Amino acid sequence: MTDGTAPAVRGSITLSAREKRNLAIAALVLVATSIVPLVSSGYLLSITTSIVFYTALATSWMLFSGPTNYISLATAAFFGIGMYVVAWGIELMPYPVLIVLAALAGAALAVVVGLATLRISGVYFVIFSLGLAELVRQIMTWLQHVLGTLSGLYVLTDRTDEMYFWQLLALTGLIFLVGWWIGRSRLGFALRIIGNDEVVAVHSGINTARAKVVLFVISSTFAAITGALAAPRWSYVEPTVAFSPFLSFQVVIMALLGGVHRLWGPLLGVIPFTLLWELISAKFPAQTTLLLGASFLLIVYFIPHGVAGLIEDTLRQSPIASIRSALARWKSRNA
Amino acid sequence: MPDTSVPALAVGNVTKRFGGLVAVANMSFALTENEVLGLIGPNGSGKTTMMNLISGVLRPTSGQIRLYGDDIAGVGASRIATKGIARTFQLVRMLPSLTVLENVAAGGVFGHARRWGKELDEYAHGLLRRVGLPNAGSIAVSALTYIDQKRVELARALASDPKVLLLDEWLAGLNPTELKTGIALIEQLRAEGRTIIIVEHVMHAIRSLCDRCIVMNSGAKIAEGTPRQVLADGEVIRAYLGDADA
Repeated sequence: MTDGTAPAVRGSITLSAREKRNLAIAALVLVATSIVPLVSSGYLLSITTSIVFYTALATSWMLFSGPTNYISLATAAFFGIGMYVVAWGIELMPYPVLIVLAALAGAALAVVVGLATLRISGVYFVIFSLGLAELVRQIMTWLQHVLGTLSGLYVLTDRTDEMYFWQLLALTGLIFLVGWWIGRSRLGFALRIIGNDEVVAVHSGINTARAKVVLFVISSTFAAITGALAAPRWSYVEPTVAFSPFLSFQVVIMALLGGVHRLWGPLLGVIPFTLLWELISAKFPAQTTLLLGASFLLIVYFIPHGVAGLIEDTLRQSPIASIRSALARWKSRNA
Repeated sequence: MPDTSVPALAVGNVTKRFGGLVAVANMSFALTENEVLGLIGPNGSGKTTMMNLISGVLRPTSGQIRLYGDDIAGVGASRIATKGIARTFQLVRMLPSLTVLENVAAGGVFGHARRWGKELDEYAHGLLRRVGLPNAGSIAVSALTYIDQKRVELARALASDPKVLLLDEWLAGLNPTELKTGIALIEQLRAEGRTIIIVEHVMHAIRSLCDRCIVMNSGAKIAEGTPRQVLADGEVIRAYLGDADA
């Protein structure tokens, strides 16, 4: 504890000075980001939009996978569902209604998947989640084949890039708020216990299956909403794009790069990764997958706790001590 | 006045089979409120299986387990925890990324007692004081010695205000000095009138702590009585030491 008072379990009714400060910083960043479209409509807006887009996905991914250590590769499944709800309904219903429907569809899928899979252990869950995204993609492809003639759907609206940006930013703000609320709630505490030792969690009276499903649903719903927001911007939606496994991997890598034990962790991964990605896809368009794989290896190998973990270690120790301990870690890994 | 007509815990004809192996065979015993019961027996006699049946890790093949009359056999470990049974583990289990205080608090939020916020903090601090770690709240559990980790685990179990506390070889692995401290701690719980089942190999701890003992061998109860009685019992000595010494 830094403030010298008695240590406490996170989550009392009143806000500590530190929490108030963090909330103020978050609000300030949000406001500062929201004026980007007013300042620039070109490259800066496009790259900031990418950053906010991936922050929304990576942070919502981290809400579930951070505390539980379940690596989900199903982001694309929920993202794609959200996108398709909008694509199918855009001629029939107002857009805001579709966003709500997309959220409900994502949540419903997450309940079913969560109940079926969250009892299985880590590795199997990873494989299942990847398979799920593929399964949904195949079903969509088949459905489109049965229902229509096109391989994709057009989503034509009069929404501008600025509106898209503000919607994404509002969603990201909401994700942070929910994440912050979970962190100080009983649910968040339960998940931290589960992530540490599920046996202890069970014997402490935690219904571990329910806690995991609830969080998986929250996380997946946000992915579906992100898909719903992205649909008009992408304007043409087809299964290979909406359910791209590439997206799932990207989100995982960004979150891991940033660090999944702090709410702001994924953001620290999204920013460098998005910038790097811009560079890679501009300069080496044919080698993007290779570079994605390589960066994944480097992250897992060198910064297993992410940028957030590095920063916290550095703040905790003096610079020299932190370099020494990093060297020691590196040596012990190579011993 | 505690209601003495209904036992705190009543185990009736409980059997647990793993395929062809009978780990617990037709066990019956009762635990009255404020009683400290020792469950002893040689290795592999089924003591830990019995504890796992009571705490809900395992579902009995047959029989009932009643907590103040409420049948809890096979309802699942987390529900049993909320009904008022808390336990420690043979090999101490810490939550490494949580502070000592949070490790203790973990027991007091979702189980039989449900505290939160300031009340939880105060309660957890109180428990830390009681187990002899008054100033350890904010440190990492990895920095604790073995006996101190045991204390934290005990405090976590107590955090739920359990009706029945299960201590599964809580004294195992302690050195002689730590053992003294450990026994004194359980003595203190006993003096508070806790209802406890102790599985233990440390015989002098059993003698000084338990009101009554049940001896198991090959999954079955072979003796029951005060520690002095059962430890003098011929069958018990045979179970531990073999025929020649009896």
